[in-house]
Amino acid sequence: MRYFGDYGGRFAPEILMEALEELEWECSRVRGDDGFREELDEHLGEYAGRPTPLTYAPSTSERLGFDVYLKREDLVHGGAHKLNNTLGQGLLAREMGKDRIIAETGAGQHGTATAMAGAALDLETEVYMGAKDVERQAMNVFRMRLMGATVNPVEKGSRTLKDAISETLRDWSASVEDTHYVIGSVVGPSPYPAMVREFQSVIGREAREQVLEMEGRLPDAVVACCGGGSNAVGAFHEFVEDGNVDLVAVEAGGTGGVDYGSRVAHHSASLCEGRDGVLQGSKTKILDDRYGQVLESHSVAPGLDYSGVGPELAHLEETGRIEAASVGDGAALRGFRRLSREEGIIPALESSHALAYLEEMDPEEHDLVIVNLSGRGDKDVQTVYEMEGER
Amino acid sequence: MSLEEAFAEPVLVGFVMAGDPSPGESVEYAEALVDGGADVVELGIPFSDPVADGPTIQRAHERGLEAGVDTDSFFEIASEVRDRTGAPLVTLCYYNLVYRRGLDRFVDECEDAGVEGVVIPDLPVEESGPMIEVTRGSGVDVVFLAAPTTGDERMRRIGDAASGFLYLVARAGVTGARESLDAATAGLVERANRNVPGVPKAVGFGVSRGEHARRIVEAGADGVIAGSVFVDLVEEGDLAGVREKAGELRGGMDSARNES
Ligand SMILES: Cc1ncc(COP(=O)(O)O)c(C=O)c1O
Repeated sequence: MRYFGDYGGRFAPEILMEALEELEWECSRVRGDDGFREELDEHLGEYAGRPTPLTYAPSTSERLGFDVYLKREDLVHGGAHKLNNTLGQGLLAREMGKDRIIAETGAGQHGTATAMAGAALDLETEVYMGAKDVERQAMNVFRMRLMGATVNPVEKGSRTLKDAISETLRDWSASVEDTHYVIGSVVGPSPYPAMVREFQSVIGREAREQVLEMEGRLPDAVVACCGGGSNAVGAFHEFVEDGNVDLVAVEAGGTGGVDYGSRVAHHSASLCEGRDGVLQGSKTKILDDRYGQVLESHSVAPGLDYSGVGPELAHLEETGRIEAASVGDGAALRGFRRLSREEGIIPALESSHALAYLEEMDPEEHDLVIVNLSGRGDKDVQTVYEMEGER
Repeated sequence: MSLEEAFAEPVLVGFVMAGDPSPGESVEYAEALVDGGADVVELGIPFSDPVADGPTIQRAHERGLEAGVDTDSFFEIASEVRDRTGAPLVTLCYYNLVYRRGLDRFVDECEDAGVEGVVIPDLPVEESGPMIEVTRGSGVDVVFLAAPTTGDERMRRIGDAASGFLYLVARAGVTGARESLDAATAGLVERANRNVPGVPKAVGFGVSRGEHARRIVEAGADGVIAGSVFVDLVEEGDLAGVREKAGELRGGMDSARNES
């Protein structure tokens, strides 16, 4: 299945088509391969620390007037959900006989997770990262290098995630024979969106089981932040058929508005504000100007700073199965501090968007809500300190 | 002369980016290409996310955008190039620009401006249905790419959709001037001739010297496409260099021993 309704497809350069076909074929082969599944589960258990807990948030629940559970992807090795995907793709690369993996990274989280998988599975690893992000996330760059990955700062364009993706595609065009491109979210040409979703849907699979065991019922809503959308799709997928469970993808509202003159959106809310277009391999909702030039996006959370979104989410939003919302930088920063203080858990700025959305939810309509805590905030404490001081 | 007529003899296709470094100068560079010996001008529309281009052409995209070129001004530049050179014109552009314009409108505007072919590097044959549909019966060809990694069966499928010419990517990798030409090129041309007999083949990606151009023609191709080598010269502001380089490539092609 290359399309999700009208969205998705494979808008990739000819030179990559063969590799994408091989990958598609390999994906469907390992889907029915118990050995692959077992090996992945072993790595997810012993190395990544899965299953992650579903944690009741007592103070938050009391204040808001409904029960809030946190799906603790911040406790995955590396501090974010990203490793679920990179371990899966790393194993797949090995299955395909490729001994080199490359990746783009925004926050540095996916790059770090790729470096981990590369080291753990003994694959040569090279990571492309926008130069602006290299500056914003210097410690993540150091972490990747510690684990043996080569990190290449990308000085082109807006020097952020989309430029890193372009640069990684360029590398792959010249290296497909021995290299697998580990895309970090549910974006890119088919089969990536479906493949990454498959590796991330462990989040929702566990959460659904856990909530049934702890509460004896399904939640009224599952809330996740949404950049490319991998943690959101991963958290939602197992609940899509449960019609009574609201699924909310929370995008970065940034500081709001668009400056078309300089082609900059001061947000990253492609589901909420974007239009149908074709970006980096798939047809989806994107932020562009009236000529189709892609806008630079913004968010205080580097992992959400992306001008597109996964095509499956665009489809689920279009059909009304999920709801898209957006939360601005300020509200996200407040969410960051609030969870830290109330629950003793410092959330990633990305996840803080999902947390901030809770404040807008009507307690009359919801008794039980799961928030996907996609990552921990250690990587962001310096940013917040520099922006706001100790308060 | 039309694109089809041009392919009666081996053609040299020269690439420049619209608006690089300014709209007026890009027209002059296109003229220099044709003065030097190019038969067909490939004119790029600058795009914010040119994933299939190498660093050289990516910088040309940035300069074109910087100069304020958008789809409106592209068509003005294209008309002017067509008027001044009389050479057949094709465009290289990314699909989102076509999609946002509306496929119908984009193709109409190509016809009005004298653009006879579109090369869309992120539109593989499986996604090309709508584009094929709107160009049918128009004077605009959809030019597809085929790479060394493209298998025979896939090549035949591309051949079924292709019109104008088939753009053969000489090497694995993205655009960029190379010192030597992959020996696999000859095999690629042979395979393309076998699988896609009815459509002319032009070979591009990494062509930078007369010697390359000669070998491509000797390998049985109908055309040579050169881009990065010209864009490098545009970047240096070397108008005369563009003319001379086109002449060098032309000379290489003309010196090819005709084995057929
Ligand atoms: C902690 C965290 N959450 C969320 C995201 C956003 O990615 P996605 O929308 O694919 O889950 C990132 C991206 O780096 C991240 O690091």
